[in-house]
Amino acid sequence: MASTIRLELVTPERFMLSEDVEEIIIPGYEGELGVLPEHTQYLSIVNVGVLSYRKGGGWQKIAISGGVAEITPERVVVLADTAEHAEEINLERARLAQKRAEDELKQVGHSLDDERYKLAEAALSRAISRISAIH
Amino acid sequence: MANLRAIRKRISSVKSTQQITRAMKMVSAAKLRRAQEAIVAARPYARKMREVVLSVGSKVDSSAHPLLASREVKRLALLVVTSDRGLCGSFNAGLTRYVHRYIAEQQAKYEEIVLYMVGRKGRDFFRRRGVRIHKEYLGVLGTLGQWHVETIASELLEGFVNGEFDEARIVYNEFRSAISQVARIEKLLPLTMDTLEEGNDENAHDFEYLFEPDKRKILELLLPKYVETDIFRVLLESVAGEHGARMTAMDSATNNSVDMIARLTLQMNRARQATITTELTEIVSGAEALKG
Repeated sequence: MASTIRLELVTPERFMLSEDVEEIIIPGYEGELGVLPEHTQYLSIVNVGVLSYRKGGGWQKIAISGGVAEITPERVVVLADTAEHAEEINLERARLAQKRAEDELKQVGHSLDDERYKLAEAALSRAISRISAIH
Repeated sequence: MANLRAIRKRISSVKSTQQITRAMKMVSAAKLRRAQEAIVAARPYARKMREVVLSVGSKVDSSAHPLLASREVKRLALLVVTSDRGLCGSFNAGLTRYVHRYIAEQQAKYEEIVLYMVGRKGRDFFRRRGVRIHKEYLGVLGTLGQWHVETIASELLEGFVNGEFDEARIVYNEFRSAISQVARIEKLLPLTMDTLEEGNDENAHDFEYLFEPDKRKILELLLPKYVETDIFRVLLESVAGEHGARMTAMDSATNNSVDMIARLTLQMNRARQATITTELTEIVSGAEALKG
């Protein structure tokens, strides 16, 4: 049995990552999705969140904002809208974005079909995923 | 013969124009390189996207999603991609002329042709001719990002789903090389699996996936993204083409100004010599007259 699985992460702007890793955790549509080598064929929507992978014993984290993941026994291809390594994230800015989104949410109030509410909520979850990718 | 001062002035004005064209050529060359890198960087995503869409979409019926449904084409939408700025040779003129002729030829076949316009130059061209433009996107090409593409794609998809038009095509300058761009027209909507498969060079997957949450939801997410990717690719190509065209145009402008300066300098020297000769003759004949 293979001990590693290839992880490829691409965004519209760049080919971000292609590495052999030991384990991957993807923020799937219905919750976190752990992938080990020899996983079955699987196609999942990826939510906004943190994708982490284990390589040589250490975990790496990447903040991603939605997309799809194609999983086959020997590789995982993640098509993400945007993706940032933990080191690339500006914590200050993410915090500000979080605050801005929270204020906006308070102002708009609860109304699930309001376009502004949806935008603010999406911005909030992106900010939170960025912040949690650092920690 | 033109007077000396006028020629001198002319030379210095041509020289300053030359400085500008030379600088623009250099800037375009740098931007072209960046644009080409962006095309290369965007390719893996587009290829992967196509693969995934194919493996999900090839086994579903065309009624599974509105973007897959072909209907009788009464109204046609054209997404025309031009540039925001000029001074790039025949880049925009060639394309707008092509579209203008295309509309004239096709008009009889459809009830209406709806225009979506990217770039100020195309907008101006059709506005001058009194052609109605449905939607326009100006100033998106300079800092081209996913966000702009999302806006264009979502408005286009909305128009298609709401039945404002039944088919969408995209018209743009294909980037062949820095010196060659060719007007090209491609079908954008509806998505039909056979048009997708045509361009697919990789062997299709013949195994079944498990889907999370289900095929339908994934299609709903994927298909609009696929259209976005397609538009993004075209915009990137157009931007690269624009810089290529500008570089070529500015290169020949610089060469022309070199020729022009050489010609003017020759003219100036002749004029100067003529003045000197006249003055000499005058002095000599004056001295002769005094002697006598």
